[in-house]
Amino acid sequence: MSTIASQVEVPEGVHLPIYMDNHATSPLDPRVLEAMMPYFTTKFGNAASRNHSFGWEAEQAVETAREQIAKLIGTTAKEIIFTSGATESDNLAIKGIAEMYRERGNHIITQVTEHKAVLDSCKHLEKNGYRVTYLPVKADGLIDLDDLRHAIDDKTILVSIMAANNEIGVLQPIAEIGKLCHEKGVIFHTDAVQSVGKVPFNVIADNVDVASISGHKIYGPKGVGALYVRRRNPRVQIAAQIDGGGHERGMRSGTLNVPGIVGLGKACEIANAEMATEAVYLAGLRDRLKAKLESELDYIHVNGSMEHRLPGNLNVSFVYVEGESLLMGINDVAVSSGSACTSATLEPSYVLKALGLGDDVAHSSIRFGLGRFNTQAEVDYVAAKVIDIVKHLRELSPLYEMVKEGIDLTKIQWAAH
Amino acid sequence: MAYSDKVIDHYNNPRNVGQLDKSSTEVGTGLVGAPECGDVMRLQIRVNPETQVIEEAKFKTFGCGSAIASSSLATEWIKGRTVDDALGIKNTDIVKELSLPPVKIHCSVLAEDAIRAAIGDWKKKNSAAETVDAAVAVVAQ
Repeated sequence: MSTIASQVEVPEGVHLPIYMDNHATSPLDPRVLEAMMPYFTTKFGNAASRNHSFGWEAEQAVETAREQIAKLIGTTAKEIIFTSGATESDNLAIKGIAEMYRERGNHIITQVTEHKAVLDSCKHLEKNGYRVTYLPVKADGLIDLDDLRHAIDDKTILVSIMAANNEIGVLQPIAEIGKLCHEKGVIFHTDAVQSVGKVPFNVIADNVDVASISGHKIYGPKGVGALYVRRRNPRVQIAAQIDGGGHERGMRSGTLNVPGIVGLGKACEIANAEMATEAVYLAGLRDRLKAKLESELDYIHVNGSMEHRLPGNLNVSFVYVEGESLLMGINDVAVSSGSACTSATLEPSYVLKALGLGDDVAHSSIRFGLGRFNTQAEVDYVAAKVIDIVKHLRELSPLYEMVKEGIDLTKIQWAAH
Repeated sequence: MAYSDKVIDHYNNPRNVGQLDKSSTEVGTGLVGAPECGDVMRLQIRVNPETQVIEEAKFKTFGCGSAIASSSLATEWIKGRTVDDALGIKNTDIVKELSLPPVKIHCSVLAEDAIRAAIGDWKKKNSAAETVDAAVAVVAQ
């Protein structure tokens, strides 16, 4: 009798369920919450109120947060504007630049594994007379700089390439991309949501002109983000996409979310102080998880470059096991899958498909997103549990059996359905 | 997604997992689905040549929990039935029994296809018993 109910023991100090999906969102750091609390209650002023202490207090808090963010990414407070989150930041950057520089050109370059906030903003522009080039990625998930060089033409106004990918955690060569853009006089925007606070990110060293930042990916609150907009060499201008009171130097109207902004600032301050040690810690946990899985299981495929990767990311395909069935077996562990069955569209992950992987490998993928609050004991439990369930599901898998018998699965005429 | 208790039960304790000797004339094999679609079911039956009753049924499935549950349930239902009787099982019966949501209906369709494919394979073998190799007709040579 084969039974899937796992017998893996829960080690002392480990509380279920375990959260290991930190690319989706991260828990609020208690220090961040503490910093935010007064701005929900006694310090409730509108940062735009110029005539009383409530407003001044709120404005002061916002300016402190601006400086905390600026410090983390190597810029000045004047170059940070606040938004409702990274989706808004990406929309504002891409649509705002496209609109502002329309007379100079109508060509935008991005790449296929970007977040939907970037891809869908570009698609929107395509309907309005813009031309968009979607660069492919290599098998390791990185773009080829030569492809970018060749794609830039005299109508190119913007290049938007993410710093770190949200599914496979690979780090694009943004410093080189930015250098190339500057040589060609093209604005460089990067969706830096997954990399800010995780790996060194400096807008000067990385030649970045515009960068999207999110609060809740770095142990800050949801509903708040920022956009870095360069003011010198080159000065970047952005057409507002939300009109109103002219807040944020006219680029983004709307009453500022003071508690959220305070939280984002505090999260950046903590990241600035702890990122170096935290990165070593997370890479250690990630490598431990990977080594354990590889020591017990065959037919494992790591998706994307291991060399150029966020320290807390591991994206693996357990080939011949379908991702959703694996998630069902490890239901006390929160992770994500690139399987079609877990998506609203019933399509497997477009990021994994872009790496040239077959749909079958995409269906078998699991994304582990390790974060600040994960422990070694949790990693050990998760590894044991995944190994246990994968082995059980492979006993159930006709594909695994056939491969073990030496049958070439590509030679079978599968009935499409 | 929330799974019904019956899906969870079949997932945790799948019935009739395994394989039968596909070269036997008493055995019919159905292999349906495709790896790139995210689900493949192999369902096998061993039929008593005298009574035409399915005496044994085995499955293996690559797919989500609902696909595993649908095929596990299918093996339970066809065991003890005659082949003609088993052909009467409809995917809608599986949907109802497992309370599958609309996005998982294709899992039940695949299970019905697997039953039909296994029975079809057995019938093909037994109408031309000398061509035993037909049992592996799904494997393109």
